[in-house]
Amino acid sequence: MKIVIIKYNAGNVCSVEFGLQRLGANAIVSDDVEEILSADKIIFPGVGAAGFAMDYLRERKLDEVIKNCKQLFLGICLGMQLLCKYSEENNTQCIGVFDECVKKFEGDIKVPQMGWNNIYDLRQSLFKDLNENEFVYFVHSYYVEKSNHTAATANYSLEYSAAIQKDNFYAVQFHPEKSGKTGERILKNFIEL
Amino acid sequence: MPLTKRIIPCLDVKDGRTVKGVNFVNIRDAGDAVELAAFYAEQGADELVFLDITATNEKRKTLVDLVTKVAAAINIPFTVGGGISSVEDVSVLLNAGADKISINTAAIKRPELITEIAKQFGVQCTVLAVDAKFENDNWFVYLNGGRVATSMNAIEWMKQAIDLGAGEILLTSINHDGTKQGFANELIKEVESFSCVPVIASGGAGNMQHFADVFEAGADAALAASLFHYKEIAIPDLKMFLKDRNINVRV
Repeated sequence: MKIVIIKYNAGNVCSVEFGLQRLGANAIVSDDVEEILSADKIIFPGVGAAGFAMDYLRERKLDEVIKNCKQLFLGICLGMQLLCKYSEENNTQCIGVFDECVKKFEGDIKVPQMGWNNIYDLRQSLFKDLNENEFVYFVHSYYVEKSNHTAATANYSLEYSAAIQKDNFYAVQFHPEKSGKTGERILKNFIEL
Repeated sequence: MPLTKRIIPCLDVKDGRTVKGVNFVNIRDAGDAVELAAFYAEQGADELVFLDITATNEKRKTLVDLVTKVAAAINIPFTVGGGISSVEDVSVLLNAGADKISINTAAIKRPELITEIAKQFGVQCTVLAVDAKFENDNWFVYLNGGRVATSMNAIEWMKQAIDLGAGEILLTSINHDGTKQGFANELIKEVESFSCVPVIASGGAGNMQHFADVFEAGADAALAASLFHYKEIAIPDLKMFLKDRNINVRV
Protein backbone atom coordinates (compact mmCIF):
# COMPACT_ATOMS: atom_id res chain seq x y z
CA MET A 1 0.00 0.00 0.00
CA LYS A 2 1.28 3.40 -0.93
CA ILE A 3 0.56 6.24 1.49
CA VAL A 4 1.45 9.78 0.48
CA ILE A 5 1.60 12.65 2.96
CA ILE A 6 0.98 15.92 1.18
CA LYS A 7 3.83 18.31 1.80
CA TYR A 8 3.04 21.98 1.98
CA ASN A 9 4.43 25.09 3.46
CA ALA A 10 2.69 24.81 6.81
CA GLY A 11 4.35 22.97 9.57
CA ASN A 12 4.93 19.57 10.76
CA VAL A 13 4.51 16.83 8.16
CA CYS A 14 7.28 14.69 9.57
CA SER A 15 5.50 14.04 12.88
CA VAL A 16 2.80 12.26 10.89
CA GLU A 17 5.47 10.36 8.97
CA PHE A 18 7.04 9.28 12.27
CA GLY A 19 3.63 8.32 13.62
CA LEU A 20 3.08 5.99 10.66
CA GLN A 21 6.59 4.57 10.98
CA ARG A 22 5.93 3.64 14.59
CA LEU A 23 2.99 1.60 13.26
CA GLY A 24 5.23 -0.06 10.68
CA ALA A 25 3.77 1.87 7.74
CA ASN A 26 6.00 3.85 5.45
CA ALA A 27 4.80 6.96 3.72
CA ILE A 28 6.12 9.23 1.02
CA VAL A 29 6.11 12.97 1.68
CA SER A 30 5.46 14.87 -1.53
CA ASP A 31 3.85 17.86 -3.19
CA ASP A 32 4.18 16.25 -6.63
CA VAL A 33 0.78 15.83 -8.28
CA GLU A 34 1.56 12.52 -9.99
CA GLU A 35 3.00 11.06 -6.81
CA ILE A 36 -0.09 12.10 -4.88
CA LEU A 37 -2.47 10.71 -7.48
CA SER A 38 -0.66 7.37 -7.56
CA ALA A 39 -1.21 6.84 -3.81
CA ASP A 40 -3.62 4.33 -2.30
CA LYS A 41 -4.16 6.58 0.67
CA ILE A 42 -3.47 10.24 1.21
CA ILE A 43 -2.81 12.10 4.43
CA PHE A 44 -3.11 15.87 4.54
CA PRO A 45 -1.66 17.09 7.83
CA GLY A 46 -1.16 20.60 9.01
CA VAL A 47 0.05 23.01 11.58
CA GLY A 48 -0.18 26.59 10.55
CA ALA A 49 -2.22 29.42 9.22
CA ALA A 50 -4.98 28.90 6.65
CA GLY A 51 -4.07 31.83 4.36
CA PHE A 52 -0.44 30.85 3.82
CA ALA A 53 -1.33 27.20 3.38
CA MET A 54 -4.01 27.88 0.74
CA ASP A 55 -1.68 30.20 -1.20
CA TYR A 56 0.92 27.44 -1.33
CA LEU A 57 -1.63 24.84 -2.43
CA ARG A 58 -3.12 27.10 -5.11
CA GLU A 59 0.28 27.99 -6.58
CA ARG A 60 0.83 24.28 -7.18
CA LYS A 61 -2.81 23.61 -8.14
CA LEU A 62 -2.95 21.13 -5.28
CA ASP A 63 -6.32 22.51 -4.17
CA GLU A 64 -7.99 21.08 -7.28
CA VAL A 65 -6.03 17.83 -7.02
CA ILE A 66 -7.19 17.32 -3.45
CA LYS A 67 -10.79 18.17 -4.21
CA ASN A 68 -10.91 15.52 -6.93
CA CYS A 69 -9.14 12.75 -5.02
CA LYS A 70 -10.89 9.41 -5.11
CA GLN A 71 -8.54 7.71 -2.66
CA LEU A 72 -9.16 7.36 1.05
CA PHE A 73 -8.10 10.72 2.36
CA LEU A 74 -7.32 11.85 5.92
CA GLY A 75 -7.11 15.53 6.80
CA ILE A 76 -5.53 16.39 10.15
CA CYS A 77 -6.01 19.67 12.08
CA LEU A 78 -5.42 22.49 9.60
CA GLY A 79 -5.77 19.80 6.93
CA MET A 80 -9.34 19.24 8.12
CA GLN A 81 -10.11 22.95 8.15
CA LEU A 82 -8.73 23.45 4.63
CA LEU A 83 -11.09 20.76 3.34
CA CYS A 84 -13.99 23.00 4.35
CA LYS A 85 -15.47 25.80 2.27
CA TYR A 86 -14.27 28.86 4.10
CA SER A 87 -12.16 29.76 7.14
CA GLU A 88 -12.39 32.87 9.24
CA GLU A 89 -8.61 32.56 9.68
CA ASN A 90 -7.09 35.15 7.32
CA ASN A 91 -10.55 35.30 5.66
CA THR A 92 -9.63 32.33 3.48
CA GLN A 93 -11.56 30.53 0.75
CA CYS A 94 -10.61 26.87 1.25
CA ILE A 95 -10.81 23.69 -0.83
CA GLY A 96 -14.53 23.05 -0.36
CA VAL A 97 -14.83 19.27 -0.12
CA PHE A 98 -17.10 19.97 2.85
CA ASP A 99 -19.66 22.80 2.84
CA GLU A 100 -19.00 23.66 6.46
CA CYS A 101 -17.31 26.89 7.57
CA VAL A 102 -14.40 27.19 9.98
CA LYS A 103 -15.01 29.63 12.81
CA LYS A 104 -12.89 31.17 15.54
CA PHE A 105 -13.47 30.16 19.15
CA GLU A 106 -15.03 33.10 20.97
CA GLY A 107 -16.01 33.91 24.51
CA ASP A 108 -14.54 33.41 27.93
CA ILE A 109 -12.15 30.61 27.02
CA LYS A 110 -8.49 30.39 26.20
CA VAL A 111 -7.65 30.37 22.54
CA PRO A 112 -5.99 28.33 21.12
CA GLN A 113 -7.49 25.29 22.74
CA MET A 114 -4.26 23.55 23.60
CA GLY A 115 -4.25 20.19 25.29
CA TRP A 116 -6.06 16.92 25.85
CA ASN A 117 -9.82 16.83 25.50
CA ASN A 118 -12.25 13.94 25.19
CA ILE A 119 -14.14 12.95 22.05
CA TYR A 120 -17.58 11.34 21.97
CA ASP A 121 -20.46 10.29 19.73
CA LEU A 122 -17.87 8.40 17.71
CA ARG A 123 -19.59 7.45 14.49
CA GLN A 124 -17.46 5.84 11.87
CA SER A 125 -14.90 3.24 11.14
CA LEU A 126 -12.00 5.53 11.95
CA PHE A 127 -12.91 5.09 15.63
CA LYS A 128 -13.21 1.32 15.61
CA ASP A 129 -12.30 -0.28 18.95
CA LEU A 130 -12.17 3.05 20.74
CA ASN A 131 -14.18 3.89 23.82
CA GLU A 132 -16.31 7.00 24.08
CA ASN A 133 -14.62 9.91 25.86
CA GLU A 134 -11.04 8.94 25.24
CA PHE A 135 -8.55 11.80 25.33
CA VAL A 136 -6.83 13.16 22.24
CA TYR A 137 -4.55 16.13 21.74
CA PHE A 138 -5.95 19.32 20.27
CA VAL A 139 -4.15 22.52 19.29
CA HIS A 140 -6.37 24.94 17.44
CA SER A 141 -7.98 28.36 17.50
CA TYR A 142 -10.62 27.64 14.86
CA TYR A 143 -13.22 24.90 14.73
CA VAL A 144 -15.58 23.22 12.29
CA GLU A 145 -19.25 23.44 13.26
CA LYS A 146 -21.32 20.38 13.93
CA SER A 147 -23.21 19.10 10.90
CA ASN A 148 -24.51 15.90 9.41
CA HIS A 149 -20.89 15.12 8.46
CA THR A 150 -19.76 15.16 12.11
CA ALA A 151 -18.12 11.84 12.94
CA ALA A 152 -16.87 12.71 16.44
CA THR A 153 -17.76 15.55 18.77
CA ALA A 154 -15.74 17.54 21.27
CA ASN A 155 -16.77 20.34 23.59
CA TYR A 156 -14.79 23.50 24.18
CA SER A 157 -17.29 26.12 25.32
CA LEU A 158 -19.51 24.71 22.57
CA GLU A 159 -19.86 21.41 20.79
CA TYR A 160 -17.98 21.20 17.53
CA SER A 161 -16.77 18.59 15.06
CA ALA A 162 -13.72 16.71 16.32
CA ALA A 163 -13.98 14.66 13.11
CA ILE A 164 -15.97 14.83 9.89
CA GLN A 165 -16.48 12.38 7.06
CA LYS A 166 -17.98 12.42 3.61
CA ASP A 167 -17.45 9.68 1.02
CA ASN A 168 -13.69 8.97 0.83
CA PHE A 169 -12.77 12.07 2.85
CA TYR A 170 -12.05 11.66 6.55
CA ALA A 171 -10.77 14.46 8.71
CA VAL A 172 -9.90 14.99 12.35
CA GLN A 173 -9.34 18.23 14.23
CA PHE A 174 -7.01 16.68 16.79
CA HIS A 175 -3.55 15.26 16.17
CA PRO A 176 -3.71 11.45 16.12
CA GLU A 177 0.07 11.32 15.64
CA LYS A 178 0.42 13.13 18.98
CA SER A 179 -2.42 11.52 20.90
CA GLY A 180 -0.60 8.63 22.54
CA LYS A 181 -2.04 5.14 22.22
CA THR A 182 -5.52 6.42 21.34
CA GLY A 183 -4.12 8.35 18.41
CA GLU A 184 -2.09 5.37 17.26
CA ARG A 185 -5.27 3.30 17.14
CA ILE A 186 -6.98 5.92 14.98
CA LEU A 187 -4.06 6.06 12.53
CA LYS A 188 -4.00 2.27 12.45
CA ASN A 189 -7.73 2.23 11.69
CA PHE A 190 -7.15 4.59 8.78
CA ILE A 191 -4.34 2.40 7.44
CA GLU A 192 -6.64 -0.62 7.69
CA LEU A 193 -9.74 1.01 6.15
CA MET B 1 -15.59 18.71 30.43
CA PRO B 2 -12.87 21.39 30.52
CA LEU B 3 -9.44 20.73 29.09
CA THR B 4 -7.24 18.59 31.27
CA LYS B 5 -4.38 20.17 33.19
CA ARG B 6 -1.12 19.18 31.58
CA ILE B 7 1.97 17.71 33.23
CA ILE B 8 5.08 18.61 31.27
CA PRO B 9 8.55 17.25 31.93
CA CYS B 10 11.20 19.64 30.70
CA LEU B 11 14.32 18.33 29.03
CA ASP B 12 17.03 20.94 29.36
CA VAL B 13 19.68 19.72 26.99
CA LYS B 14 23.28 20.45 26.33
CA ASP B 15 25.19 18.44 23.74
CA GLY B 16 22.36 15.90 23.49
CA ARG B 17 22.25 15.13 27.21
CA THR B 18 19.60 16.26 29.63
CA VAL B 19 20.88 18.54 32.34
CA LYS B 20 19.24 20.42 35.15
CA GLY B 21 20.61 23.38 37.00
CA VAL B 22 19.66 24.88 40.31
CA ASN B 23 18.80 28.54 39.76
CA PHE B 24 20.11 28.00 36.22
CA VAL B 25 23.71 27.33 37.28
CA ASN B 26 25.63 24.30 38.60
CA ILE B 27 24.50 22.09 35.75
CA ARG B 28 24.43 18.34 36.40
CA ASP B 29 23.93 15.51 33.93
CA ALA B 30 20.53 13.78 34.16
CA GLY B 31 20.50 11.41 31.21
CA ASP B 32 20.03 10.79 27.55
CA ALA B 33 17.38 13.11 26.11
CA VAL B 34 15.81 10.63 23.68
CA GLU B 35 15.56 7.86 26.29
CA LEU B 36 13.99 10.23 28.77
CA ALA B 37 11.53 11.56 26.21
CA ALA B 38 10.32 8.05 25.34
CA PHE B 39 10.12 7.13 29.01
CA TYR B 40 7.95 10.15 29.82
CA ALA B 41 5.63 9.59 26.87
CA GLU B 42 5.09 6.02 28.04
CA GLN B 43 4.49 7.20 31.62
CA GLY B 44 1.65 9.50 30.61
CA ALA B 45 3.33 12.90 30.31
CA ASP B 46 0.96 15.17 28.41
CA GLU B 47 3.64 17.02 26.54
CA LEU B 48 7.38 17.63 26.62
CA VAL B 49 9.46 20.77 26.48
CA PHE B 50 12.93 20.50 25.06
CA LEU B 51 15.22 23.45 25.74
CA ASP B 52 18.71 23.85 24.39
CA ILE B 53 19.81 25.88 27.37
CA THR B 54 23.15 26.90 26.01
CA ALA B 55 22.00 27.83 22.53
CA THR B 56 21.54 31.56 22.94
CA ASN B 57 24.55 32.02 25.10
CA GLU B 58 26.91 30.25 22.76
CA LYS B 59 25.18 31.56 19.62
CA ARG B 60 24.44 27.99 18.69
CA LYS B 61 21.35 26.74 16.91
CA THR B 62 19.23 24.09 18.59
CA LEU B 63 20.37 20.60 17.72
CA VAL B 64 18.06 19.74 14.89
CA ASP B 65 19.04 16.09 14.70
CA LEU B 66 18.24 15.57 18.35
CA VAL B 67 14.79 17.08 17.73
CA THR B 68 14.27 14.55 14.94
CA LYS B 69 15.30 11.65 17.17
CA VAL B 70 12.95 12.78 19.92
CA ALA B 71 10.10 13.23 17.44
CA ALA B 72 10.64 9.73 16.04
CA ALA B 73 10.55 8.21 19.52
CA ILE B 74 7.45 9.75 21.06
CA ASN B 75 3.70 9.97 20.39
CA ILE B 76 2.94 13.10 22.38
CA PRO B 77 3.53 16.74 21.45
CA PHE B 78 6.67 18.64 22.26
CA THR B 79 7.98 22.16 22.22
CA VAL B 80 11.51 23.14 21.29
CA GLY B 81 13.31 26.25 22.43
CA GLY B 82 16.78 27.71 22.64
CA GLY B 83 18.52 30.00 20.21
CA ILE B 84 15.54 30.51 17.90
CA SER B 85 15.83 33.93 16.33
CA SER B 86 14.14 33.82 12.93
CA VAL B 87 11.21 32.43 10.96
CA GLU B 88 13.76 30.25 9.16
CA ASP B 89 14.88 28.69 12.48
CA VAL B 90 11.26 27.91 13.26
CA SER B 91 10.69 26.32 9.88
CA VAL B 92 13.72 24.05 10.32
CA LEU B 93 12.60 22.89 13.77
CA LEU B 94 8.99 22.25 12.79
CA ASN B 95 10.22 20.30 9.79
CA ALA B 96 12.52 18.31 12.07
CA GLY B 97 9.54 17.19 14.12
CA ALA B 98 8.81 19.84 16.74
CA ASP B 99 5.16 20.70 17.34
CA LYS B 100 5.69 24.11 18.87
CA ILE B 101 8.63 26.39 19.31
CA SER B 102 9.45 28.62 22.19
CA ILE B 103 11.20 31.93 21.86
CA ASN B 104 12.62 34.10 24.57
CA THR B 105 15.63 36.37 24.10
CA ALA B 106 15.10 36.93 20.38
CA ALA B 107 11.51 38.07 20.99
CA ILE B 108 12.67 40.60 23.56
CA LYS B 109 15.26 41.97 21.15
CA ARG B 110 12.78 42.07 18.29
CA PRO B 111 9.14 41.65 19.38
CA GLU B 112 7.88 41.59 15.76
CA LEU B 113 9.39 38.11 15.54
CA ILE B 114 6.40 36.83 17.55
CA THR B 115 4.00 38.20 14.93
CA GLU B 116 6.06 36.87 12.03
CA ILE B 117 6.09 33.34 13.45
CA ALA B 118 2.41 33.42 14.40
CA LYS B 119 1.45 34.63 10.94
CA GLN B 120 3.35 31.98 9.09
CA PHE B 121 2.86 28.97 11.35
CA GLY B 122 -0.12 29.93 13.52
CA VAL B 123 -0.29 31.25 17.07
CA GLN B 124 -0.77 27.70 18.32
CA CYS B 125 2.88 26.83 17.81
CA THR B 126 4.24 30.16 19.04
CA VAL B 127 5.22 29.84 22.70
CA LEU B 128 6.75 32.77 24.51
CA ALA B 129 9.13 31.73 27.28
CA VAL B 130 9.59 34.29 30.02
CA ASP B 131 12.20 34.03 32.76
CA ALA B 132 11.01 36.36 35.50
CA LYS B 133 12.65 37.42 38.73
CA PHE B 134 10.96 39.22 41.60
CA GLU B 135 13.02 42.19 42.76
CA ASN B 136 11.96 45.45 44.43
CA ASP B 137 8.27 44.53 44.36
CA ASN B 138 8.22 43.84 40.63
CA TRP B 139 8.70 40.92 38.28
CA PHE B 140 11.52 41.66 35.82
CA VAL B 141 12.40 39.85 32.62
CA TYR B 142 15.77 38.09 32.43
CA LEU B 143 17.58 37.06 29.24
CA ASN B 144 19.83 34.24 28.12
CA GLY B 145 18.58 31.52 30.43
CA GLY B 146 18.42 33.78 33.47
CA ARG B 147 21.89 35.21 33.16
CA VAL B 148 21.16 38.75 32.02
CA ALA B 149 18.90 41.21 33.86
CA THR B 150 16.70 43.72 32.03
CA SER B 151 14.60 46.65 33.17
CA MET B 152 11.52 45.17 31.46
CA ASN B 153 8.44 44.51 33.55
CA ALA B 154 7.50 40.86 33.03
CA ILE B 155 3.75 41.43 33.35
CA GLU B 156 3.76 44.21 30.75
CA TRP B 157 5.92 42.09 28.46
CA MET B 158 3.55 39.13 28.60
CA LYS B 159 0.56 41.37 27.81
CA GLN B 160 2.40 42.85 24.83
CA ALA B 161 3.54 39.43 23.58
CA ILE B 162 0.00 38.03 23.69
CA ASP B 163 -1.17 41.01 21.62
CA LEU B 164 1.65 40.32 19.16
CA GLY B 165 0.54 36.72 18.66
CA ALA B 166 2.07 34.51 21.37
CA GLY B 167 -0.21 31.47 21.67
CA GLU B 168 1.10 30.18 24.97
CA ILE B 169 3.26 31.48 27.82
CA LEU B 170 5.93 29.37 29.48
CA LEU B 171 6.58 31.29 32.66
CA THR B 172 9.56 30.45 34.85
CA SER B 173 10.16 32.13 38.15
CA ILE B 174 13.89 32.38 38.64
CA ASN B 175 13.30 32.91 42.37
CA HIS B 176 11.54 29.55 42.62
CA ASP B 177 13.44 27.52 40.03
CA GLY B 178 15.40 24.69 41.60
CA THR B 179 14.26 25.47 45.14
CA LYS B 180 11.59 22.72 45.40
CA GLN B 181 9.53 25.06 47.60
CA GLY B 182 6.53 25.29 45.25
CA PHE B 183 5.62 27.27 42.14
CA ALA B 184 5.18 31.05 42.03
CA ASN B 185 1.44 30.77 42.65
CA GLU B 186 0.81 34.48 43.17
CA LEU B 187 2.50 35.31 39.88
CA ILE B 188 0.49 32.61 38.09
CA LYS B 189 -2.72 33.99 39.59
CA GLU B 190 -1.87 37.46 38.34
CA VAL B 191 -1.02 36.29 34.82
CA GLU B 192 -4.11 34.09 34.63
CA SER B 193 -6.23 37.15 35.45
CA PHE B 194 -5.44 38.70 32.07
CA SER B 195 -4.07 35.94 29.85
CA CYS B 196 -6.32 34.72 27.06
CA VAL B 197 -3.73 32.06 26.15
CA PRO B 198 -2.60 29.00 28.13
CA VAL B 199 0.06 29.48 30.80
CA ILE B 200 2.62 26.84 31.72
CA ALA B 201 3.99 27.34 35.23
CA SER B 202 7.64 26.50 35.66
CA GLY B 203 10.10 26.57 38.52
CA GLY B 204 9.84 25.33 42.09
CA ALA B 205 8.03 21.96 41.99
CA GLY B 206 9.12 19.86 44.96
CA ASN B 207 6.17 17.60 45.74
CA MET B 208 2.77 16.55 44.42
CA GLN B 209 0.88 19.12 46.47
CA HIS B 210 2.82 21.87 44.69
CA PHE B 211 1.21 20.79 41.40
CA ALA B 212 -2.26 20.82 42.97
CA ASP B 213 -1.54 24.31 44.33
CA VAL B 214 -0.42 25.78 41.02
CA PHE B 215 -3.39 24.27 39.15
CA GLU B 216 -5.69 25.77 41.76
CA ALA B 217 -3.94 29.10 41.14
CA GLY B 218 -5.10 28.73 37.54
CA ALA B 219 -2.12 27.34 35.62
CA ASP B 220 -3.07 25.36 32.51
CA ALA B 221 0.04 23.24 32.68
CA ALA B 222 2.90 22.67 35.09
CA LEU B 223 6.44 21.95 34.10
CA ALA B 224 9.21 20.30 36.07
CA ALA B 225 12.54 18.73 35.34
CA SER B 226 14.77 17.32 38.08
CA LEU B 227 11.82 16.01 40.07
CA PHE B 228 10.99 13.71 37.18
CA HIS B 229 14.53 13.10 35.95
CA TYR B 230 15.69 11.87 39.34
CA LYS B 231 12.46 9.85 39.73
CA GLU B 232 11.42 11.65 42.90
CA ILE B 233 7.87 11.75 41.55
CA ALA B 234 6.43 9.28 39.04
CA ILE B 235 3.94 10.82 36.60
CA PRO B 236 1.24 8.12 37.05
CA ASP B 237 1.32 8.68 40.84
CA LEU B 238 1.14 12.44 40.38
CA LYS B 239 -1.86 12.14 38.08
CA MET B 240 -3.72 9.88 40.51
CA PHE B 241 -2.95 12.33 43.32
CA LEU B 242 -4.39 15.20 41.27
CA LYS B 243 -7.41 13.21 40.15
CA ASP B 244 -8.22 12.33 43.75
CA ARG B 245 -8.30 16.08 44.40
CA ASN B 246 -10.79 16.62 41.57
CA ILE B 247 -8.26 18.21 39.26
CA ASN B 248 -9.04 17.22 35.69
CA VAL B 249 -6.12 15.24 34.28
CA ARG B 250 -5.69 12.66 31.54
CA VAL B 251 -5.23 9.23 33.10
